[in-house]
Amino acid sequence: MTGRFPLAAMAIVIGASMGSLPAAAQDKPFALALSCAACHGTDGKSPGSIPTIGGRSAKEIKESLIAFKSGTRPSTVMKRLAEGYTDQDIDALAAYFSKRK
Amino acid sequence: MKTFSRRSFALMAGAAAGTALARPNLAFGASARVVVVGGGFGGATAARYLKRLDKQLNVTLIEANKQFVTCPFSNLVLGGLRTMDNITHGYDGLAKGGVRVIHATVQGIDPGARRLSLSTGNPVLYDKLVLSPGIDLNYGGLPGYSQAAAERLPHAWKAGPQTMLLKRQLEAMPDGGTFIMVCPDNPYRCPPGPYERASMIAHYFTTKKPKSKIMLLDAKESFSKQGLFQEGWQAVYGRMIEWLPGKAGGKVTEVDAKSMTVKTEFGDHKGAVINVIPPQTAGEVARAAGFATPAGWCAVDFTTFQSKVDPNVYIVGDAAIAGAMPKSGFSANSQAKVAALAIVAALNGGKSEAPAFANTCYSLIAPKYGISVANVYRVTDKGLVAAPGGGVSPSNAPAQVRSQEATYAEGWYESITHDMFG
Repeated sequence: MTGRFPLAAMAIVIGASMGSLPAAAQDKPFALALSCAACHGTDGKSPGSIPTIGGRSAKEIKESLIAFKSGTRPSTVMKRLAEGYTDQDIDALAAYFSKRK
Repeated sequence: MKTFSRRSFALMAGAAAGTALARPNLAFGASARVVVVGGGFGGATAARYLKRLDKQLNVTLIEANKQFVTCPFSNLVLGGLRTMDNITHGYDGLAKGGVRVIHATVQGIDPGARRLSLSTGNPVLYDKLVLSPGIDLNYGGLPGYSQAAAERLPHAWKAGPQTMLLKRQLEAMPDGGTFIMVCPDNPYRCPPGPYERASMIAHYFTTKKPKSKIMLLDAKESFSKQGLFQEGWQAVYGRMIEWLPGKAGGKVTEVDAKSMTVKTEFGDHKGAVINVIPPQTAGEVARAAGFATPAGWCAVDFTTFQSKVDPNVYIVGDAAIAGAMPKSGFSANSQAKVAALAIVAALNGGKSEAPAFANTCYSLIAPKYGISVANVYRVTDKGLVAAPGGGVSPSNAPAQVRSQEATYAEGWYESITHDMFG
């Protein structure tokens, strides 16, 4: 039983540090990604006229968001929203939605 | 004796120790109890996402009504584009997702005992409480207006029977009548709502009663998406809609249901149908428990939406003072997710990441004429503020852009109602 406390303590430390990793490095829900569901559907799966984003490749999502932000890809609301995303947000959103299967 | 592998033993020990340490207020193995009050855009979203984020949570939703009628798209019912059935939703999807749904009213909150008393007589205990009570109409804020007067001068600012009452009045109105809307000062639920409503009623008049007029008497000097609304009104409805800002005679000082008269500093106006949108406050359950400021709204920590009064209580949606975010269904949905993430983190002994929020509000000027305002919001040292960029649809855009936004407005409604109710 000598290993018990160090091992348990290590597990707790790992658990606690998860919250401070950048969102892009994880597959964890984060606030900005969850807000996309209001238009693109839960997990990015749209039941209506707005495109589904869940399950698309990270590369496609990232390139789309960058193009929306710069205006090279025409849009209605996406330019206005993407203007508020940082580069880190775009990476995190691309990673998150690419993993919604 | 069965031997554990080193790895599985470590996981078990870690899980057990982690649970015991992280949930000090709970008996070993017990699930945390999160209670959500109010089953609208904030509350339904909070309940659904709490359960999605942590299946072990014991999530209870308390909502007075068996069905929820959305304020978004209720203006489309007035315009004849939607039926009440189209905008009415039940709670079965949430129940199937593992949320315990109790249809009752909250009669009191005891923050010390973390206990709610309910109209059912059975109290409910919580570890964390989410309040999403929406608005109450402040009838006393407008002389002459009252709950009784609202039976003649509907507000229709909570969707349901009031929406139907206003619709029936509009249908009974003779062609050539004047419809008056009394528009409130900020802050209030759905900043562009009165102007979308005027648009939808203009659409109805144009198709059924083209000689009728619409007069908006506004306490404000300007309003949400004003340039786009006025551009659209002129293009689609000519001179049917007249808007009077506060200083030009729009400020209403008194209403009289008996004589169907609205009084302003510049004189009286008689209407065939009068829609009075009165001043508002946070819903009573939050005010009665002492969570509201004297102005009637609830101050929260923007990173978590925890009440400034009680950190075990999270207040989302229209009831909250949310900095630059408008009081909209989308805002409530976004805030509810931030609160759910914060609650799950707190129950596990951690902190959620600095949140970003989003809001998009669509308004329909005509069936194929949509406009929007869209922003990301962040917490900075200046409070909860709009991120760079964002704003409203372009002015003088081609018809195709307006039509696309009308289509996306419908898509938004489909998505957000599925997101809330499952």
